[in-house]
Amino acid sequence: MGKLFGAIVAVIAVISAAIFVARIWWLPADVSVLGEGIDHQLTETMVASGVLFVAAQLALALFAWQYGDAGDARPIKIFPGGATPMVVIATALVGIEILVLSFVGTRIWGNIFLTPPDPSALTIDVQAEQFAYYFRYAGPDGKFGTVHPELIDEGSSNFFGLDPAHDTAARDDIISASLVVPVNRPILLRLHSKDMGHSFFVPELRLQQDFVPGLVIPIHFTATDTVKKEIVCTQLCGLGHFNMRAYLEVKTEPEFEDWLKQQSQ
Amino acid sequence: MPEAPAPARRRETSDRLAELKHQPPTGFLRTHVFSLDHKVIGKQYLDLGLVAVVTGMVLSWLMRFHLGYPTAALPGLGAVAPNRAPGGVMTPEFYLQLMTMHGTIMVFFVLTTAPFAGFGNYVLPIQVGAEDMAFPRFNMMSFWVTCVAFLVLVAAFFVPDGPPLSGWTAYAPLSAVGKDAGPGQGTGQTLWAISIALFCVGQLLGSLNFIATTLDLRTKGMTLARLPFCTWAWFVTSVIGLIAFSVLLPACVLLVLDRVAGTSFFIPAGLVVSDRLQPHSGGSPLLWQHLFWFFGHPEVYIAILPGFGIISHILPAFARKPLLGPKVVIGCMVAIGFLSYTVWGHHMFLSGMNPTSATLFSVPTLIITIPATIVTLLWIGTVYGARFRFTTAALFCLGFVSVFVSGGISGFFLAQPSIDTYLHGTYFVVAHFHFVMGVAAMFGIFAGTYFWFPKMYGRMMNETIGKIHFFLTLIGVYCIFMPMHYLGLVANVRRYSAFTDEYMKSSLPLHRFITIAALCTGAVQLLFLYNLVWSRFKGAKAPENPWEATSLEWSTTSPPPFDNFGGRHLTVAHGPNEYGVKGAAGDYVMQASSETEVA
Amino acid sequence: MRTKQLSSLALVALAAATTGAVSGPAPIMAGSITGTVTFTGTPPKMRPIDMAKEPTCASQHPTPVMTENVVTGPGNSVEYAVVYISAGDAGASPAPSTPVRYDQKGCQYVPHVLAFQTGQQLEVYNDDQTSHNIHPLATVNPEWNKSQPPGAPPIQASYTKPEFIAVKCNIHPWMHGYFAVMGTAHFATTANDGKFTISDVPPGKYTVTVWHEKFGTASQEVTVGATGAATANFVYKALPY
Repeated sequence: MGKLFGAIVAVIAVISAAIFVARIWWLPADVSVLGEGIDHQLTETMVASGVLFVAAQLALALFAWQYGDAGDARPIKIFPGGATPMVVIATALVGIEILVLSFVGTRIWGNIFLTPPDPSALTIDVQAEQFAYYFRYAGPDGKFGTVHPELIDEGSSNFFGLDPAHDTAARDDIISASLVVPVNRPILLRLHSKDMGHSFFVPELRLQQDFVPGLVIPIHFTATDTVKKEIVCTQLCGLGHFNMRAYLEVKTEPEFEDWLKQQSQ
Repeated sequence: MPEAPAPARRRETSDRLAELKHQPPTGFLRTHVFSLDHKVIGKQYLDLGLVAVVTGMVLSWLMRFHLGYPTAALPGLGAVAPNRAPGGVMTPEFYLQLMTMHGTIMVFFVLTTAPFAGFGNYVLPIQVGAEDMAFPRFNMMSFWVTCVAFLVLVAAFFVPDGPPLSGWTAYAPLSAVGKDAGPGQGTGQTLWAISIALFCVGQLLGSLNFIATTLDLRTKGMTLARLPFCTWAWFVTSVIGLIAFSVLLPACVLLVLDRVAGTSFFIPAGLVVSDRLQPHSGGSPLLWQHLFWFFGHPEVYIAILPGFGIISHILPAFARKPLLGPKVVIGCMVAIGFLSYTVWGHHMFLSGMNPTSATLFSVPTLIITIPATIVTLLWIGTVYGARFRFTTAALFCLGFVSVFVSGGISGFFLAQPSIDTYLHGTYFVVAHFHFVMGVAAMFGIFAGTYFWFPKMYGRMMNETIGKIHFFLTLIGVYCIFMPMHYLGLVANVRRYSAFTDEYMKSSLPLHRFITIAALCTGAVQLLFLYNLVWSRFKGAKAPENPWEATSLEWSTTSPPPFDNFGGRHLTVAHGPNEYGVKGAAGDYVMQASSETEVA
Repeated sequence: MRTKQLSSLALVALAAATTGAVSGPAPIMAGSITGTVTFTGTPPKMRPIDMAKEPTCASQHPTPVMTENVVTGPGNSVEYAVVYISAGDAGASPAPSTPVRYDQKGCQYVPHVLAFQTGQQLEVYNDDQTSHNIHPLATVNPEWNKSQPPGAPPIQASYTKPEFIAVKCNIHPWMHGYFAVMGTAHFATTANDGKFTISDVPPGKYTVTVWHEKFGTASQEVTVGATGAATANFVYKALPY
């Protein structure tokens, strides 16, 4: 029994770890300025915990294999040093690892969420709703019109509840169902929700942020490659949660200007 | 000269219980239904847990079937739920409704009842040497309130719009605005909130009992230092529970008020749901999250700490050597209990709360890995040099260690906000909590079952079936939950009823593999159910101490008499860890043994 | 000419008598109300619908479809206006036994406005590769919503009270339409040329009402005389916003 247990646990541990190491399933290539930091942190953690995982499982497997009651008069053995080595290993090794990862990780986190965006960032208003995202650009006048929830009329595509009849700033606002941005330029998104909690997640940007009804939450990023990737909702928002997505389209600067001009017409 | 008054005599257990007029019951109802006997109540909790786990497991099969085969029709489902599964094909809302009920039933009615209220109720009073819990009437009430809570929850399946779909976490405003938010968000969600509020009441009564009994009703010689490890675990768990459930109860009340009384604790102004402007203002969705997770994180330690205690208790008995570092283990359990209150924000890194708080929550979250790692290494170190008896209970202990390592490691990733920015909301999280709760805590329940079944029913469980159950389950759970880490790494999002995003479509084969593993592992549990029933009637008669264990429950008959010890009041002279020593009974000394310790 | 008229009327009467509808004698002379619904002024511009989030639908529209809340045609005509007799009908008309069909196709509701009678069977079909969840926002009738995964059977429903019910898809926010649940058999929906014909109207005085989701309602008195034909034209005032 002990040998069977030991063999199974050892095999499971090695195969599981190997799949991680071989990166058979792994993160998609990142296209964000800040993505590399997260990937580095993840890899470091993967190595540290991978070693701990394999060591613990193999130790358990080995001891189960070796220390079954064989019916002989062999005396029991206490682990050398008793409990002390365990306390030391856990506190020192794990403790050091925690300190290092925390220190580095906090800087990465701070860069993403605690650093103000570049003043030249392009601001885009993002509205999440059951079950789509809509993006609003300020248009040629550079001003966003006011959002009036009571005027929202989806059937006529007035998703933001704008009032162009009385609000001149709203007249040239560009509404898009896709997030189109120029490459290599800082982008500031202002996230607000029409109804429920939602979330904005682009795996390739390594960027995720919940929408909170009642709040406007700013996040920023800079895309480094012209790609078309999916934005998916990761906060359960109702029955259509699985279908809630939009496309991030990163264009070259001239393509982006062209697109803006087209949308204005 | 008047005599000095005689020193007050310390009130003995028997005096207190005599004051309660706790007599052997008469009649069927008093003996088996509305019983004040902690042993009956413990078994009732375990039976409730069994019904709940079977329900929760069936729900998970339905969910997994849909995820693996999203367009396939499940025969019979169309007849059971014609609205929600037309032609047998699950609708998106039905998937989410099943998922909500699966999570709620499993976390509350399985993982909080069975290891804590179930085994704790049965075993703790005997282990401390008492005749019953301190408040037998509260104890009975706590079970029946919990039972009513379960019925109220299950009733949500039968209301016209069905159960809620907001997940076991019931985030506002989805859970708070009412039926405009989606199917099941009307009556179903209200029933959910009432059920959980009732559950809190039941658990608060239970926690009071555990604390009072542990502190007040220990028999002579049973110092706190000599308490068995699982009693310590139940004690710490009940302290955690007292505070945690005291927060969830008012939170559920506030949620019900928002839904039916027009208040706006959790709902801000200006929400347009289903084309309707909602008549609320001033509330905060984040308030619900803080209240919920302030309960929710300690809750998961409530789910796992009894398992820690059960493993720490059972492992030495089958290793035939003492648990390594007994005081350290107890200290770590207490530390985990204390630290569990400082980490709740790690569920909320990306929630929109101040990002600086993320760092403040991340540090204690990482620190809590230290006592957890220490305990795990101490368990592994206990197996070193053992004369290990690989009974089914023992195997589940070893399996617990393995799956707890797996589950704990993934926590290391999620505890770091920068990494959580990618992994939050993906299957990586699903893998993590299923390994620690759905597997490790379950293995704790299995271990406890195989260990205490002889004591509870006077019969041995079938060891052959038990071992087959163990090995197939061990392989099965790894096949189900290890691949979910990989799905998380490719950003496969959780709580999706179907994977129609372009980049997720390539994950379907892995989902199919998981589905098949889940259905097979589920089928294997039938072996366990069969064993439970068969052994009740056909199992070999159990002696008083089949495992040669030391604690007080093994110093009485199997099953114990009504007052646990047949009128005896045991005196304890030893701790619970006396294994691998020369004793009259062999290589161990029982706690109630009158032998002096041999060096 | 008079003979021709008489014989055609007789044919109509014969047809009406032999169709053997209903209670009561068939009208001897069944007339009709025809007309056109138009607008003056500048209507709001329709916007292209971006279906990017649903690629299986987006691919069905090489040029994006436009919103349909104000659809106009040649000669300032108004499409999807529902014209019906709101007063003067003698007694309730029982619902026809043939069901009406509402399609979810290319992530649009087809037709945009579906008029049918109380008690008449409605069948909702999902012709798309994606799930839809149709949500008629009824206030007078019971409100319900229902999911249809791809390939699900059609939804069967009916309404007992007259009402103009906004219909939306819970999953695709741009999908909007209307059910015009009529308490009378005398109604018609304008086509793109703005024209409508309400047939089988017995002679008498009636109030004819037009409803449009954006322009609102208007009514006029109409008399269907012995000649059997009456006209009712409606002109809406349109504003750009």
